[in-house]
Amino acid sequence: MTAYILKRLISLVPVLFGLSIIVFLVMAMIPGDPATAILGSYATSENVARINRDLGLDKPLIEQYFIWISNVLQGDLGRSFALNRPVIDEVLERFQATLILAGVSLVFCSIIGLLAGVVSAVRQFGWVDRTVTFAVLAGISMPSFWLGLILILLLAVKWQLLPASGMYAIYGGGGLRDLLLHLILPAATLSVVAAGIIARLTRAAMLEVLRQDYIRTARAKGLAERRVIWRHAFRAALVSVIPVIGIQAGFVLGGAVYIETVFQWPGVGAMLVKAISTRDILLVQGGVLVVAASYVLFNLAADVLQTMLDARIRT
Amino acid sequence: MSDSLLAAAAPTAAPGRISSWSLLLGNRLAAIGFCLLVVLALTALLAPLLPLPDPNATAPAERLQPVLSEGHLLGTDQLGRDMLSRLVWGSRVSMAVGFAATIVAALIGSVIGLVAGYAGGRTDNLVMRGVDMLMAFPYILLALAIVAVLGPGLMNALYAIAVVNIPFFARNVRGVTLALARAEFVDAARLSGKGHLSILATEVLPNVLPVIVITMSTTAGWMILETAGLSFLGLGAQPPQADLGSMLGEGRAQLFTAPHVSIVPGVMIFLIVISLNLLGDGVRDVLDPRLRSGALMRPGPRTEVARNRNRPENRAPDAILNVEGLETGFSHNGQYAPAVKDVSLHLRAGECLGLIGESGSGKSVTALSVMGLVNSPPGLIRNGAIYLNGEDVLAMPEAKLISCRGSRVAYIFQDPLTTLHPMHPIGRQIEEAIAAHQRLDRKHLRERSIALLERVGIPEAAERARHYPHQLSGGQRQRVGIAMALANDPDVIVADEPTTALDVTVQAQILDLLRELQEERGVALLFITHDFGVVSEICDRVAVMKDGRVVETGETKELLSNPQHDYTKRLIACVPEIGQGREFLSRVAPLFRPESRS
Repeated sequence: MTAYILKRLISLVPVLFGLSIIVFLVMAMIPGDPATAILGSYATSENVARINRDLGLDKPLIEQYFIWISNVLQGDLGRSFALNRPVIDEVLERFQATLILAGVSLVFCSIIGLLAGVVSAVRQFGWVDRTVTFAVLAGISMPSFWLGLILILLLAVKWQLLPASGMYAIYGGGGLRDLLLHLILPAATLSVVAAGIIARLTRAAMLEVLRQDYIRTARAKGLAERRVIWRHAFRAALVSVIPVIGIQAGFVLGGAVYIETVFQWPGVGAMLVKAISTRDILLVQGGVLVVAASYVLFNLAADVLQTMLDARIRT
Repeated sequence: MSDSLLAAAAPTAAPGRISSWSLLLGNRLAAIGFCLLVVLALTALLAPLLPLPDPNATAPAERLQPVLSEGHLLGTDQLGRDMLSRLVWGSRVSMAVGFAATIVAALIGSVIGLVAGYAGGRTDNLVMRGVDMLMAFPYILLALAIVAVLGPGLMNALYAIAVVNIPFFARNVRGVTLALARAEFVDAARLSGKGHLSILATEVLPNVLPVIVITMSTTAGWMILETAGLSFLGLGAQPPQADLGSMLGEGRAQLFTAPHVSIVPGVMIFLIVISLNLLGDGVRDVLDPRLRSGALMRPGPRTEVARNRNRPENRAPDAILNVEGLETGFSHNGQYAPAVKDVSLHLRAGECLGLIGESGSGKSVTALSVMGLVNSPPGLIRNGAIYLNGEDVLAMPEAKLISCRGSRVAYIFQDPLTTLHPMHPIGRQIEEAIAAHQRLDRKHLRERSIALLERVGIPEAAERARHYPHQLSGGQRQRVGIAMALANDPDVIVADEPTTALDVTVQAQILDLLRELQEERGVALLFITHDFGVVSEICDRVAVMKDGRVVETGETKELLSNPQHDYTKRLIACVPEIGQGREFLSRVAPLFRPESRS
């Protein structure tokens, strides 16, 4: 198992390499003078000269890439001129908030999605199944930011049950309880789409598995139906759903852009939106790079988990 | 995904456009989605002709009028503009951008997929690595990065959304193309001197088209949502231009005072996307025939039994298991077809009854009916009774039936690779069988399961118990299956072709083991096979099945030496004997002439 994880970690190197190339190229594609574009309204001649020196913009593209990547590997993602601080500091600080939100949402949508999918499959064509199917369809058809606004209106403004924005209360905030209260609405909103997709695929996987011969064997042994469903059918279905959960990590990390904006969550997503409108290109680049890299790691985790659950892949 | 799409690709040429359309509209949800979409699209298209006020005419005096106010059906926004008019014009922009992005992504993605799949080899590898790279990004993030470079704006949002969706098309199309590029008809076209371009356009593309349509219909909704999202963040449509997303985003400032300004555009986005998704699901179902058959029905815990079955008397009260007048069938789309009819069998304690017949004769259905293990739906026990020690199994409540499974009647199935759970160690699977009927602690469970494994001849049982089914040989797996059946000392074991999946030498070993165990434990055995050689080895009595009926029953020796039914004679003749191979076919042939058929 350790050897497998090591092997997978090594296989990440080319993926991360490709990722960095794309991020780099996106920046290089900026029309016009890159230094001016990067600096936006901070393009004093002094700053332009500094950017050109830092990034080696007078050199060929390939050389520029290697200068850039060696800086990145040393933890230097450049400097945000709008915030006047190193990009890496800002991004890492905000990434913590995003990770809390995305991580909780991922757990949330996995639990809800798996449960709904299993129940839906077991009660195929029953009212639970119909309700779940409809809820899934509605969930994946609505803009999450709109749902967020509605939840704010209802739960935060009208019934005043939960805080509407931020990560902690401004006065006297802090602590786990405060964080959790602030998390509920954004995490729930962010989970909806992913939970719907997971539920759909879990239902399909369960229906597929329930027809397998080994389910008949389990029944022939005299196992209670609940055990047949959970220990035999669900166990096998889970293996094919886990990679999908890995992919949902991407939806959750990406969808955080909207949710963080709506709920004013101090994460990378909200930062990116601001950075784009102030044309703080290096901050955008750094944010995208860190979030994309974390998505790769989420997928790796899903792969490893799948391997741990399925002996056939493992050996 | 590409596997199922591959299955989808092949048959669409045949049914033709009309039948696909009628199928699509026959799907009620898809039809609703289609109608909704048509209405919404028409409204958007005809916006210039509709009697609507100018969507951009501001009226500061009438700002933030609520829904249903006079002259403004949906109220007004923060600048006093008519919401209804803005909504219609906004959906026009949203739909145009969403559909344009879909088409751009489909075009570019399909070309990439076609080229990669058709060229194969290094080109394929290189292109698909690039596509994988794009997919390694969280989708929305990549769109953001592109907008960051190009700058905010509706067209730039369109490009960004299109680019991030290209990989989906490229992947799906490439998967199907890859298989098609090696198809015979493509080879034939190549040999006939057609150029690559013309082959791609005339031979490959028509077969890939369904995949493109499926992918378009399943991604269009996303693209509308994503476009709206970018506009919501202020990165798409820029004022005075407005789409639904930017309306929502601008209305957010008034969320607490006039929520309708942001809620209403959201409803519209929701309607557009849900109509697309309903239609998309329908399109996928129609073009992917595997889903159409309704083959994915969930089998319940026990076979359904008809309420009005006729329930014959127990004519063999001394038998441990007595099947009387059993009729089991399958219903598809309300049509019922029997698989076995009026089958009666009995099995006395310690006896071995062989049930023999060709594939499809109903042996397995009979065997599985005994403990209600025929998948249902579609299975249905229409008539008959099954007496286990004089008690009708079909009348038992579910909990009672389940408690009898494994403890009184146990099963050994045909292919132990598919019948053992692939993700649990074999020892655990046996322990589970024991634990289902006996209260034992972990330690004793383990000891029992290892003892059982040893009994069925698995060497180093303690070590082997930790292995998974795929790590065992076929013969060993079947031994595990037998151990599992023995776990609770059942009165009856139903062995459903236990040796069919094994090679001949292993088959003999398994038969020896079964006979030995049967003698040792006095368990009654219902042995299902299509091989008379096997029957003569192990069975006391034989029942011959054909076309769902028992055609002949008798003591094995008698039946073998003096078969009455033509079919029995044929089955017996099919067993090759050493030294008689030369004349085998000519000896068997007369039995199969049409006139000798029953």
